[in-house]
Amino acid sequence: MSGASVLYDVPGPKTKARNRLYSVIGGIAVLAVLAYLGLRLFQTGQFEPAKWNIFNYAGVRNSIRDGVLTTLKVFAVAAVLSLALGVLLAVARLSDHKPVRWLATGFVELFRAVPLLITIYAVWVLMLSNKDALGMSGDAPQFWALVLGLTLYNGSVQAEVLRAGINSVPKGQREAAYALGLRKTQVMTTVLIPQAVRAMLPTVISQLVVTLKDTSLGYIITYEELLYSGRLMAGNIIAGGDSVYIPVIIVIGSIYVAMCLALSALANWIERRGRRAKTGIGVAEAGDVANAGALTAVVAAEAAADTATDTGN
Amino acid sequence: MNVLLDYLPQFRDGFLGTLAITGASAVIALVLGVVIAGFRVSPIPPLRAFGTAWVALLRNTPLTLLFLVATFVVPELLFRGASPFVLAMLALGCYTSSFVCEAVRSGISTVPVGQAEAARSLGMTFGQTLRMIVLPQATRTVLQPLSSIFIALTKNSAIAGAFSVTELFGVAKLLSDKGYAIALIFLWVALAYLIITFAISGVFRLLERRMAVVR
Repeated sequence: MSGASVLYDVPGPKTKARNRLYSVIGGIAVLAVLAYLGLRLFQTGQFEPAKWNIFNYAGVRNSIRDGVLTTLKVFAVAAVLSLALGVLLAVARLSDHKPVRWLATGFVELFRAVPLLITIYAVWVLMLSNKDALGMSGDAPQFWALVLGLTLYNGSVQAEVLRAGINSVPKGQREAAYALGLRKTQVMTTVLIPQAVRAMLPTVISQLVVTLKDTSLGYIITYEELLYSGRLMAGNIIAGGDSVYIPVIIVIGSIYVAMCLALSALANWIERRGRRAKTGIGVAEAGDVANAGALTAVVAAEAAADTATDTGN
Repeated sequence: MNVLLDYLPQFRDGFLGTLAITGASAVIALVLGVVIAGFRVSPIPPLRAFGTAWVALLRNTPLTLLFLVATFVVPELLFRGASPFVLAMLALGCYTSSFVCEAVRSGISTVPVGQAEAARSLGMTFGQTLRMIVLPQATRTVLQPLSSIFIALTKNSAIAGAFSVTELFGVAKLLSDKGYAIALIFLWVALAYLIITFAISGVFRLLERRMAVVR
C-alpha cells in the first residue's frame, strides 16, 4: 500500500470530519450519476415488464445458452491452439539456427502489429473464397476464421510471454542441465519450459482473458457467438411495442463480465499463490499484456539482477 | 501494387480516419484515466469504490460489446443522434481509460515514498501532493506502459470501422468486397498500422529521453 497511505496523513479530527463531508458529497455524486442513468432507463421504458419477460421464453434462453456454448467452444479451441503455437514460436525465436529465428521473429512481429480484427477478416475472406476446396459448409468458415485469427494473434503474444519467461530462468539452471549432459531439446523441455510456464502462468491466463474477450469479434464476421446471437435475437423481438436491445445487452454484458472476471480471478489467485512460494523464480504479475516487449524488458532486468546476485554469492 | 495506387484516396481517408479516432480517444482515455487513478488513491471511499468498479468493469468487457452499448444504448439514454465517430470515440476512450488508470496507479506507487512524505511534512494537501509532487515524477515510469496502451488503442480502433466510422478496416472491407486479393490489401493495411505504431513508439521514446533524469 505504498500508494494510498503515503499520499495523505493519518487524518486528525478536523480532516476526518472534512473527509466525511467529501465522502458524502462524492457518494451523492456517484449515486446521482447512477440514478440519472436509471432514470433515463426508466423514462425510455427499459424497465417495462414486457421487455424483461422475454427471458422467460425457452427460445430466448436457448439462444443465449447456445451463444455461451459457442463462445466457450471458440475460446477453448483458440486457447489450446494459441498456447501450442506460442510454445512453438517461443522456442523457434530462441533457436540456434538463424533462419528459424528470423522467420519466427517476423511472424510474431507481423501478427502482433496488425489489428486482430483485420487478421480475422482476412482469414475469413480467404476461407470464403476457398470454401469448396476446403470442404466447409454452414458457419464453418466463420468458426475457423475466428479461431485461426485468434490463434495467430494470441499465439504470437503468448510466444513473447513464454520467451520472456524462458529468459528469466537463471542462467545457472541451463548451465547445470548442460553440465549433466542433457541435450538441447531436453534442456528446453525438462528444465527451461516448466520453470518459464510456472513463472508466467498469471500472465498467460491474463492473455487468455483477452482471448475470451476477443471471441466477441465474431460479431463482425457474423459468426453466431454470444454477442452476435444476442444481437440477432434483439433485432427479431419486439416487446411492449419497442425493440429489446437494452435488456439483451445488459444480460449478455453481465455474462461476459462474469466469465472474464472468473478467469481474471484465477490468474490473480495463481499469482498470489506463486508469491507465497519461497522456491523457484518469481511469478510475473497478472497484468494485461498490452505489449510483451515491455514485459520482456522487465523480466530480463529481473533475470539480470538474479544472475548478479548469483555471481555475488 | 495496383490496389494501393488505384484506391489511394480511400487509403488516405482510411489512414487519416484511423489517426483521428485514435487521437480523439487517446485524449479521452488520458484525461479519464488520470482522473480515475486519482480517485483510486484518494482518501474518499465512495470515489475509490467508483474507480475500482470502473476499472474492473471496463477491463473485463469485450470492446465489441462496448461498441454495441455505444451504438444502441448511449444514443437512447444520453445523446440522441450522436455521430458514429463520437460514439466510437466514447467506447474506445472509456475502454482505454481503465488501462491508463492502472498504468498511472502503478506509476504512482513507484515514486519514492520519501517524496510524498516530504510533501506532506511541508503541509501539502492530498491534491497538492498528487498534482505537484507525485504525478510529475510518476510520468517518467508511466510513459513506457502508456506507449503500449496507445499502440493497443490504435489496433483496437479497427473495430470502429465495423461500426460505420471511416478508417482502415473499412477500407480493407470495401476493397475486398470489390474483389481485390485480400493478401495484398492485408499487407498494405498492415503497413499503414505499422507506420502509426512505429510513430507512437518513436514519439514516446523521444519523450522518455527528454524526461530522463540522471540519478
